[in-house]
Amino acid sequence: MKVAATLTVNGFSYPVEVEPGASLLAAVRDTLGLTGAKEGCDDSECGACMMLLDGKPVNSCSYLALQAEGSEITTVEGLANGGELSPLQVAFLEHGGVQCGFCTPGMLVSATALLGTNPQPTEDAVRIGLSGNLCRCTGYDGIVKAVLSVAANADAV
Amino acid sequence: MTTFATATTIDDAVAAVAGGARPVAGGTDLVVGARQGKAPLPESLVAIHRVEALRGIEPTGQGLRLGALVTHAEIAADPAIHAHFTALADASAIVGSHATRACGTLGGNLMNASPAMETGGPLVCFGATVELRSATAARTVPVAELFTGPGATVASADELLVAVDVPQVADGTGSAYVRLEYRRQMEIAVVGATAVVALEEDTVSTARIAITALAPTIRRVPEAEAALEGTSADTGDVQRAAAAAAAAASPISDVRASERYRRAMAEVIARRAIDAAVTRARGGSVPIPASGSAA
Repeated sequence: MKVAATLTVNGFSYPVEVEPGASLLAAVRDTLGLTGAKEGCDDSECGACMMLLDGKPVNSCSYLALQAEGSEITTVEGLANGGELSPLQVAFLEHGGVQCGFCTPGMLVSATALLGTNPQPTEDAVRIGLSGNLCRCTGYDGIVKAVLSVAANADAV
Repeated sequence: MTTFATATTIDDAVAAVAGGARPVAGGTDLVVGARQGKAPLPESLVAIHRVEALRGIEPTGQGLRLGALVTHAEIAADPAIHAHFTALADASAIVGSHATRACGTLGGNLMNASPAMETGGPLVCFGATVELRSATAARTVPVAELFTGPGATVASADELLVAVDVPQVADGTGSAYVRLEYRRQMEIAVVGATAVVALEEDTVSTARIAITALAPTIRRVPEAEAALEGTSADTGDVQRAAAAAAAAASPISDVRASERYRRAMAEVIARRAIDAAVTRARGGSVPIPASGSAA
């Protein structure tokens, strides 16, 4: 039986009706139509579904939608400021951090969380921090360079 | 069909559990397990992640009390745990990925009772206890006696783990948890070992050594502890203790490693854990997690 709940995603409150066992990913993609976050492995191995829950990273495929009620959810769609891409999104484009694009939403959200807790990570910290996110195209190098460039620019400001 | 309720107090949570609901906090075992097809979601769920009384890391005078909802990220960032219970910080710092650590809780990690989970070895070696609460009673159980087999604990179905108490360690204690892993994140121990070593002058006064993913439950190895106690923890002493720890292993073959490989690695991992604990006990620096880039 479906349960009514309110999900707050990227600053907007959405009334939803979901099955108790529904994942946050399914609710956001299928019910709200925000398809940025991807379903990769569906059991927390790949990070393609990553969202922020009150600013902290969560594998939304394996988190119950109903548990997210009362929290602020951020998806990749919420990283841009209006029509303007975030510095991290721009850096991914500039450094070749995007190829097929499937891992990109999770990578961006994961890297946003990483820089939130560690604004000046070492390359090793970036590689370890993002290793819960799998990419089969880029070889990770462009992604790591992109994250480090944002950290470096933050330092310069 | 699954029913779902959210508890905001411990009383509500234990009442729901008494009524047959299974608790869910971070969902990083329960929900992931359902996704993987290990077990379907329970018929009845009570979400306990909004129970404020289950949060927080508090000094008690006798040590630290960690609420069941304390996350691995909180443990890995806590200065008191870094300073006094370093092996626990080592363990929580390598659970899953940063997403797992932000959601996954200590209570859930313990009650999932995987023989490969990271925090069990440190808690067993530190002599930690858990408080199990039902609607009618509360009891204290040593973590060393909590696990009865893979995925099984002494807790009855109507009991909820509400807190973990870790008693203060003696001055001059160093500790470390090290695991063998194939991937830097989203991993669980292929083989793991914990060492807690107290030095008086330059002699090991107390040693606690436990093995992880090498037996049906995480367990201490008294023979390894005896091999280290009373020594100056030189290379040969550490080697003998590590060999004793490996000799106590009764590993299985599974998707992550063969029995033979686990046996071969047990001594290596035990030696690294003991070495790191001894270095820390002597005041030397081993970065957290001890299983990091150096391992």
